[in-house]
Amino acid sequence: MQLTKPITYLFAVFMLVMVQSANAALTIDITEGVDGALPIAVVPFDTSSLTVKFPVDLAQIVASDLNRSGVLKAMGREQLPATPHYSKQVQYARWRNAGQDYLVVGRVLEKTPGLYTIEFQLLDVLKQKQLVGRSMPAKKRNLRSRAHQISDFIYEQITGSRGAFDTRIAFVRAQKDAARKYVLQVADTDGFNAQNVLESDEPIMSPSWSPDGKSLAYVSFESMRPEIFIQQLATARRTKVSGFRGINSAPSWSPDGKHLALVLSKDGSPDIYTMNTSTRRLKRLTEHRSIDTEPVWTQDGRAIIFTSDRSGSPQLYEVSVDGGRPKRLTFEGNYNAAANLSPDGRYIAMVHGDRGQYKIAQLDRETGNLIVLTDSSLDESPSFSPNGKMLLYASTRGNNGFLFAVSIDGRAKHKLSDQAGDIREPVWGPFESK
Amino acid sequence: MKLNPGIKSWLLVALVAAFVSACASTQEEISAGGDGAPVDQSQSGSSGSVDGSSIGGSGAAATGLDGADGGDGTAIVDSGPMTAMELLEEPDSELANRIIYFEYDSAKLSSESIAILETHGNFIAGNGEVTVRLEGHGDERGSREYNIALGDRRAQSVRRVLLFQGASSDQVETVSYGEEKPMELGHDDAAWSKNRRVELIYTVN
Repeated sequence: MQLTKPITYLFAVFMLVMVQSANAALTIDITEGVDGALPIAVVPFDTSSLTVKFPVDLAQIVASDLNRSGVLKAMGREQLPATPHYSKQVQYARWRNAGQDYLVVGRVLEKTPGLYTIEFQLLDVLKQKQLVGRSMPAKKRNLRSRAHQISDFIYEQITGSRGAFDTRIAFVRAQKDAARKYVLQVADTDGFNAQNVLESDEPIMSPSWSPDGKSLAYVSFESMRPEIFIQQLATARRTKVSGFRGINSAPSWSPDGKHLALVLSKDGSPDIYTMNTSTRRLKRLTEHRSIDTEPVWTQDGRAIIFTSDRSGSPQLYEVSVDGGRPKRLTFEGNYNAAANLSPDGRYIAMVHGDRGQYKIAQLDRETGNLIVLTDSSLDESPSFSPNGKMLLYASTRGNNGFLFAVSIDGRAKHKLSDQAGDIREPVWGPFESK
Repeated sequence: MKLNPGIKSWLLVALVAAFVSACASTQEEISAGGDGAPVDQSQSGSSGSVDGSSIGGSGAAATGLDGADGGDGTAIVDSGPMTAMELLEEPDSELANRIIYFEYDSAKLSSESIAILETHGNFIAGNGEVTVRLEGHGDERGSREYNIALGDRRAQSVRRVLLFQGASSDQVETVSYGEEKPMELGHDDAAWSKNRRVELIYTVN
């Protein structure tokens, strides 16, 4: 399945550094289907009452979202046995015979020009009843967001877990044309609506979301050396917070948003520090001649998990925010790095290298089991969705990097591909209060 | 490989530019007279590294630098910066080797690399007007931030040799780009071995 409609809507809330819209929209390819996913049919929404052509295909966006979850499998549009728009038009037997468990119908009404009402109903085909129905106002600029909210309603109703489709992701895109530019972008979770946050001739690395979703910390080489910046997304106002001699890298926000963990080599080899973002006061957590890098906070904010090669090869360690002796966490494989924690703290996703293959793996901290989730050879930068049900990561194919989403059981993998550039370092943003 | 000529020609442009400004500033410094800048500079030993006697006058200009081709060094009299540049531009010189390669997940220098870096170290030690930027890089495998640290470790290995040969720490700057600026774009051992490197980028002030 491919979604290749160019996107022209801009979220006005984003006044970004470079206001150009990245019209190179990401597209989505299903790379692996899932057995056992629940069948759901999403009927195209009725827009026939509108005077002007409705600019997005809501049902298509919803179907793609649900497919990406791996939990649900949307019926192909050409297979739909009927196209009802209201629950009372539904002949349940037809949908049952078509093997569907759930059905979504909906329509779009226009109150005044440009002000819409979207109505939809989620129906249980076997019980022949409505599970949820909603009516939501929408404006032209937030239609895709509204579609993702519909996906979230449906996902939560069926699975009992909160949906994370209506959140955002950040990533770095390196352009491959003559003027090799690096662009930090923020986009919807399906890759659409990509907006530039920063554009530079020199590398940009390691974006990290503030817990409120309003700022990004990142590393920029714009002055020919690495420095850490914090940038407010809405205003594009940014501050350099770290520009010491040597490495300034791998920023990571604390869960309370008051500190950054970071890597500095100003005192010798790369070590883990924390910085109070208001006072800029630094605290050194590790002091070892090995490489210590890639700090991430545990969800209680009491400890930092990081990569160190103090044992000879890169492995994950945990150290208290008060300092002390780090404890080794990974023992399988000769390369474990780039930790990312699930929101409940139970799982640690990482880059797992074994016999020259670098894949995404997940350590269950309760059972101690390490599960390898991906099967290619150059995977990196895993990042959990805020509901903990999916992971975003980057993988090299040919000469480009692409973003993939994988369900945490490893069963569903979807590629968010791209026409231009080499995409890397995806980070999934938090739930945001609207 | 592909970048190599590009880097070279860029460097050449930079060097010419540096030369022009160096000439101008040298004159200024001479007229300002005295021995303003104290440290390093000027020595005469052909093998470099000897902290020779300071020739009065031309401040930062490392006049008497090792006559790489002159042999006795006496023939070279004026415009020290030009000599440093000439040495850097000499295609058959060991100084033309400005990329040091490394093994996987390693910052260990081979004996060949150490020999090359000793030549560079001597040259830098003997030319106070020269600064070098060591850009550390890694191959694409593994995590990006770990590769930043690894590139830094490689640049530090190179730096240690240069300092040991007498280069001043003010003359040597390090930066790591990790896997962000590959020289080769392939995904095999041949490309990776070209990408695990430290590049020496000179500036003649």
